[in-house]
Amino acid sequence: MVPLSYYLVLSGFLFACGVAGFLIKRNIITIFMSIELMLNGVNLSFVAFAAHWHVLAGQVFVFFVMVVAAAEAAVGLAIIIAVYRTRETLNVDQVNLLKL
Amino acid sequence: MTSSLNLWLIPVLPLAGAAINGFLGKKSSRTAVTVVGLVFSGTTFAWALSVALRFSSVSLPYQEFVAQWIRSGSFSADFALYLDQLSLIMLLVVTGVGFLIHIYSVGYMWDDPSYYRFFAYLNLFMFFMLTLILANNYLLMFIGWEGVGLASYLLIGFWFTKDSAASAGKKAFIVNRIGDFGFLIALFLIIQRFGSLNFTQLFAQVQPMAPETGSAGLLTAIGILLMVGACGKSAQIPLYVWLPDAMEGPTPVSALIHAATMVTAGVYMVSRSHVIFERAPTALMVVAVIGTLTAFFAATIGIAQTDIKKVLAYSTISQLGYMFMACGVGAFSAGIFHLMTHAFFKGLLFLAAGSVIHAVGGEQDMRKMGGLKSYIPVTFGTMFIATLAIAGIPPFAGFWSKDEILWQAYQTSWVYWLIGVVTAFITSFYMFRLLFMTFWGDYRGAQVDGHGHVHSAHGHDDHGHGEPHESPMVMLVPLMILAFLSVVGGLVGIGNRFEHFLAPVFSSGAISEVTRETASSVTEYVLMGTSVTVAFLGLFFAYVLYVSKPYLPQRIADSLNGFYTAVLHKYYIDEFYAKLFVKPVIQGSTAILWQGVDRKIIDDSVNNAADGARHVSDEVRHMQSGNLRSYAGWIAAGSALVIAYMIWMGVR
Repeated sequence: MVPLSYYLVLSGFLFACGVAGFLIKRNIITIFMSIELMLNGVNLSFVAFAAHWHVLAGQVFVFFVMVVAAAEAAVGLAIIIAVYRTRETLNVDQVNLLKL
Repeated sequence: MTSSLNLWLIPVLPLAGAAINGFLGKKSSRTAVTVVGLVFSGTTFAWALSVALRFSSVSLPYQEFVAQWIRSGSFSADFALYLDQLSLIMLLVVTGVGFLIHIYSVGYMWDDPSYYRFFAYLNLFMFFMLTLILANNYLLMFIGWEGVGLASYLLIGFWFTKDSAASAGKKAFIVNRIGDFGFLIALFLIIQRFGSLNFTQLFAQVQPMAPETGSAGLLTAIGILLMVGACGKSAQIPLYVWLPDAMEGPTPVSALIHAATMVTAGVYMVSRSHVIFERAPTALMVVAVIGTLTAFFAATIGIAQTDIKKVLAYSTISQLGYMFMACGVGAFSAGIFHLMTHAFFKGLLFLAAGSVIHAVGGEQDMRKMGGLKSYIPVTFGTMFIATLAIAGIPPFAGFWSKDEILWQAYQTSWVYWLIGVVTAFITSFYMFRLLFMTFWGDYRGAQVDGHGHVHSAHGHDDHGHGEPHESPMVMLVPLMILAFLSVVGGLVGIGNRFEHFLAPVFSSGAISEVTRETASSVTEYVLMGTSVTVAFLGLFFAYVLYVSKPYLPQRIADSLNGFYTAVLHKYYIDEFYAKLFVKPVIQGSTAILWQGVDRKIIDDSVNNAADGARHVSDEVRHMQSGNLRSYAGWIAAGSALVIAYMIWMGVR
């Protein structure tokens, strides 16, 4: 059986990748994906702990997170499309005004 | 105690007067202020009189509980009043003389723009003075003690726009503080050792203690510290310097506070504490020595002063010295007797001096007076009586009390007596000098003003440079009443009646009764003759120098050049104090407290804190860039930090 620490290290790595991507990238979609990556990194640690301690709560939480992430993706993509339509760019550095 | 005297009314009435005049006086008319001021002080006097009438019907000492004040463990101090023969005499003197001076002030202060303020302060003073007198414990007495100091400060600095008046007020207040410090420490010692400041309880504890002969102990320490307090309030060496400066205040104030009542508080306090002093011979000796020296020293300064009020101020200091001399030799009742007669004639002298100053339009320099006898006959007559009284010429009041003191002093030591008699001579001399310079000869006012400006001076200020004029009746009546008292006030002392009246208060004495009446009555008459002779000698010399041969004083002054200048400058005591105490304090305060502590430490810490906050904010504000990813970066860094900390803590 793979030890818990492996999962946790992978989870931490995924999360760190997400954070790095969020900070470095300029494209909104990439940033959005980085957020998803962070969420999934956390999800991984949830399931890993759930499997390790034989408690279902962790897995239930993962479903919640997924549902919320899906909803967020829907709203987020809609916003991205709206942003692209009005400003014709997805570069966050140029999208710094709430009102045109 | 079946009947209540309602003593509490006595201090409360003037307080009410002070409150009404103080808060409402500005908007009300002069007449209303006058009515309030006089009615409240008059009622106080009337009530004091009624208390005196019912005095024999109550058991003494009469005590009256007003309100609870401090209860702490076994220690307690209440607002409670205490009446015995001693406080009764003080009560009558303060309310009586006080009331007369209130009446006088109506005339003297009528033209002053702050008329209401004057009466408010005067009533406030009466309140504190009566609290001081009627207190049944040292703490309440101390309240009155500090309160009269405050009232004195307010009234000395009454014309506070004048720089000299403002600084004289401050000087009086600060010098008094030094004395109060001693008083306070004495109180702390009493609390520590006896656990009570209540007169009855405290004296009951002290009573059985043996006199501290040989070695000085606790009672000596308490006694000397109390005397330090008395020195401040009653202007004795070394703390007398404030009283001459206090003459910057309006003349009725000088009469009431700085001659008749407040300055005698020290004598009253020492007499009240006689149980302690009688058991501390060293402290008693300190009192006697300070009193004697002050009496002599102040009298010599009085000779050379030219300001009419300054002469009276030094004579007050000198007379207070007599009172302390009496207390110091254990003759407390003689001290109180002199206190009473002194209140009459010195109050009168000051009021008459005020009338003189009023007559010549505000001039206080005696060299610019002269010949006023015919212009202001009533003032002259009353002042003449007062001068006879203070000089100790029989049968005027001062003779009886001063003679009693000298007689008692002689029984303790002939040294006190000798200095006392010499002082009596000097007193007589400078008082008649004042009288002759003011009332005899030719009027010198216009000449001194003039040197060619005499004619133009008439034009713009006819009040100041016109003919000297008599004061209104409202000022003259108190003068006459006080003159009457100065004549007959001493008669109560004939046959030791005054002493017998006070005997119940002072009978507990360890010294009295034993040494009393050891000398023969022949000695007493010889001593009496001596003091009368020196009084007349003083009169004679003053007459020769200032009336028949007025060119002589200048010649004498010239021949005694160095000494005369020293006396004229009050032995340079003020300068000496300025060098020794005032300057180091000012320099120390400037260098260390102001530049060091205040500016370097306090100001800089505040300023640097503000500067630091601004600099930090200056840096931090760049974090708020509006760049979303930099925020995210900060959040990430922050959480990384928190997590690192938690891990580190978890590892430990």
